[in-house]
Amino acid sequence: MGEQQRIIVIGATSAIAEHCTRLWMSSPATVLLVGRDEARLERVADDLRVRSPASAITCVAIDFCDPVAIRTLVDDFAGGGAIDIALIAHGTLPDQQQCQQDLVACRDAMEINSLSPALFMEALAGHMGPANRGRLAVIGSVAGDRGRRSNYVYGASKSLLDRYAQGLQHRFAQSGCRICLVKPGPTATPMTARLTDEGLALARVEDVAQVIVKGIVKGKPVIYAPGKWALIMMVIRHLPRFIFNRLDI
Amino acid sequence: MVAVSSWGRLGHWEHQVAPLHDRSRIAADLATHGSGLAYGMGRSYGDVCLNPGGKLWTTRNLDRFIRFDEESGVLECEAGVLLRDIQQLAVPRGWMLPVTPGTCFVTVGGAIANDVHGKNHHRLGSFGDHVSQLRLVRTDGSQLDCGPDNAPDWFAATIGGMGLTGVITTATLQLRRVCGPWLETETIPFHGLDEFFRLADGSEEAWEYTVSWIDCLSGSGLRGIFLRGNHADDESTVPPVGKPSYLGFTPPLSLVNRLTLRPANGAYYFLHRLAAGKKREDYRPFFYPLDRLADWNRMYGPRGFYQYQCVLPTEQRQDALSALLDETAKSKTGSFLAVLKTFGERQSPGMLSFPRPGATLALDFPNRGEETLALMIRLDAIVGEAGGRLYPAKDARMPQQLFESGYPRLQEFLPFRDAGISSALSRRLLGR
Ligand SMILES: Cc1cc2nc3c(=O)[nH]c(=O)nc-3n(C[C@H](O)[C@H](O)[C@H](O)COP(=O)(O)OP(=O)(O)OC[C@H]3O[C@@H](n4cnc5c(N)ncnc54)[C@H](O)[C@@H]3O)c2cc1C
Ligand SMILES: NC(=O)c1ccc[n+]([C@@H]2O[C@H](COP(=O)([O-])OP(=O)(O)OC[C@H]3O[C@@H](n4cnc5c(N)ncnc54)[C@H](OP(=O)(O)O)[C@@H]3O)[C@@H](O)[C@H]2O)c1
Repeated sequence: MGEQQRIIVIGATSAIAEHCTRLWMSSPATVLLVGRDEARLERVADDLRVRSPASAITCVAIDFCDPVAIRTLVDDFAGGGAIDIALIAHGTLPDQQQCQQDLVACRDAMEINSLSPALFMEALAGHMGPANRGRLAVIGSVAGDRGRRSNYVYGASKSLLDRYAQGLQHRFAQSGCRICLVKPGPTATPMTARLTDEGLALARVEDVAQVIVKGIVKGKPVIYAPGKWALIMMVIRHLPRFIFNRLDI
Repeated sequence: MVAVSSWGRLGHWEHQVAPLHDRSRIAADLATHGSGLAYGMGRSYGDVCLNPGGKLWTTRNLDRFIRFDEESGVLECEAGVLLRDIQQLAVPRGWMLPVTPGTCFVTVGGAIANDVHGKNHHRLGSFGDHVSQLRLVRTDGSQLDCGPDNAPDWFAATIGGMGLTGVITTATLQLRRVCGPWLETETIPFHGLDEFFRLADGSEEAWEYTVSWIDCLSGSGLRGIFLRGNHADDESTVPPVGKPSYLGFTPPLSLVNRLTLRPANGAYYFLHRLAAGKKREDYRPFFYPLDRLADWNRMYGPRGFYQYQCVLPTEQRQDALSALLDETAKSKTGSFLAVLKTFGERQSPGMLSFPRPGATLALDFPNRGEETLALMIRLDAIVGEAGGRLYPAKDARMPQQLFESGYPRLQEFLPFRDAGISSALSRRLLGR
């Protein structure tokens, strides 16, 4: 048994992130949970403390769009020892119609889904790449694979993470640190709670977390979760435009 | 709208499904028009967890632990936590749920709302006996904490209250000490009710867990196997003989694999698989023999099945059981394996708790429409005559009058109902 793993989870109150963290903490770890709301973070932390009493769990609430706060937070945690796992999980599913009408909503959605996670990635990669170890994972989405009229504000934001991760993978190709881009399919979490009733088949968050955690261990550059979405999205990406544009999706 | 069913799969009904996620925001989530109902794992067999045309608040994502004191065994958690997860957390730390039903895939909220019982009722009562506090959120936005010592009337209404008093968001449970996962168990074949009662009554003193499986096609001249068990009182993690019995135990798998197998053959097979004698086994195959067959309920086909579970007062138990078993055997419609067990002499914590002193029998019937309903009406007559009651967690069809005669505290319960909550069962048996 070596030392405890050092894990940082950004958007730690996300249901997907929470289930990943539970899996990682099946052995004791040193964990920093980052979110925007202290009380919500503490509820996640209490649960993890019950599950893993030997772990050291800390919560920090910050402004997710503040580059200075992001830099300071990441530098502090990295200063305590090499990071084994970093997961950037936050995101929000905006109302596409509203974003079309209201550019403030449109900007906010892009800020929290694109800009913010990219800044976290940049800050973390700066430590983890040179440390030559660990896993840096960010949650994108299958929605980032092809723009669709029903949610392209979200999709476009997520696709930025695709290129960003790709760039980092290129930059750290020789490093022992692996950059993983996670692309969940529709999953039953608070983000999709209002879609549950539309008969949409949602994956269980426990199952999605299992796939993500396995993929991260392997250091896969792209992790579709559940795995079937790799195939589905390959088809969707390759559909000729004249067919795709006629689909009501 | 989403089609939702329950364990008996008697049908699928359209519901508006609204998942609950954040225990601090539930009051807002419940404040909607129209009636709603909490839905845990849907492991109830009938319509107690259904609200066709209305809302279902699913609780599975309320799955956080809140605190666990390893010194005292007090666990606080959200209501959607599964009993499986509690066992997994607690057993390695020397604690266990004091009461658990025959499946661990149920939520804490569901276990409270049906005040479920296990194989050790004569020792430790029902699930509600080990709840020290719960938080109830009502559709009017109010919230209250109750327990045996605070707001005990609300507590007694909510334990076994079938979700009708509000949504349980968190609960505090007192776990019991165990040395490890091991049970010392014994399997004894028997013939006839006399022998069953001799075994059951004679085992209450010395054995914590007792239950029996019976082959119903044999009527009151029945044959069955009696299982009893105690917690092993040493901490060794290795069973003394052979491989772990968790793997050695084979529940009636073939019933599911070979759908064409005649049920009677299945029962025969099953009874013979359970070798008589003593052994040491993990708690899981002993408590949850059917959990290893995910979706075994599907073997009854698209029309689903009914479970008929009654409890018969001690004085009437023998005659009434004979009559029930004869009626079932005569009908040939079905139940091939049934569970028979005695309840202890204790008062249940809930106004509408099912357990009461006596013997309880659970029969499964494939749904053959009118024929099956008619049989159950004949069984009702026997249960009613004996002063017994049926278990709402298993029910999809009991007559209102049998419900009223079986649950004398019903009137006391009614004022605690939440006006914004309704289920198919409540509309059927309580008028709204
Ligand atoms: C294989 C098998 C074996 C079983 N063995 C036993 C046994 O040995 N003993 C026994 O007693 N039962 C047994 N049962 C029945 C089962 O334990 C109960 O039906 C249990 O209540 C199911 O829990 P659930 O989480 O699935 O709840 P559901 O079935 O979804 O709901 C049950 C009731 O609880 C209410 N409810 C659920 N969550 C909440 C909440 N948070 N707040 C308020 N109300 C809520 C619902 O509204 C509903 O009225 C068995 C069932 C199966 C499938
Ligand atoms: N669920 C799906 O179907 C699905 C599919 C594909 C991709 N994803 C992605 O998976 C990730 C996790 O989502 P989830 O499904 O687990 O949903 P979730 O439980 O709703 O999590 C969303 C997370 O984002 C945080 N967040 C939202 N807006 C924020 C803001 N302005 N500032 C800081 N934090 C903010 C939330 O924090 P609070 O708790 O404080 O609100 C929460 O931690 C997201 O990136 C999402 O886009 C989800």
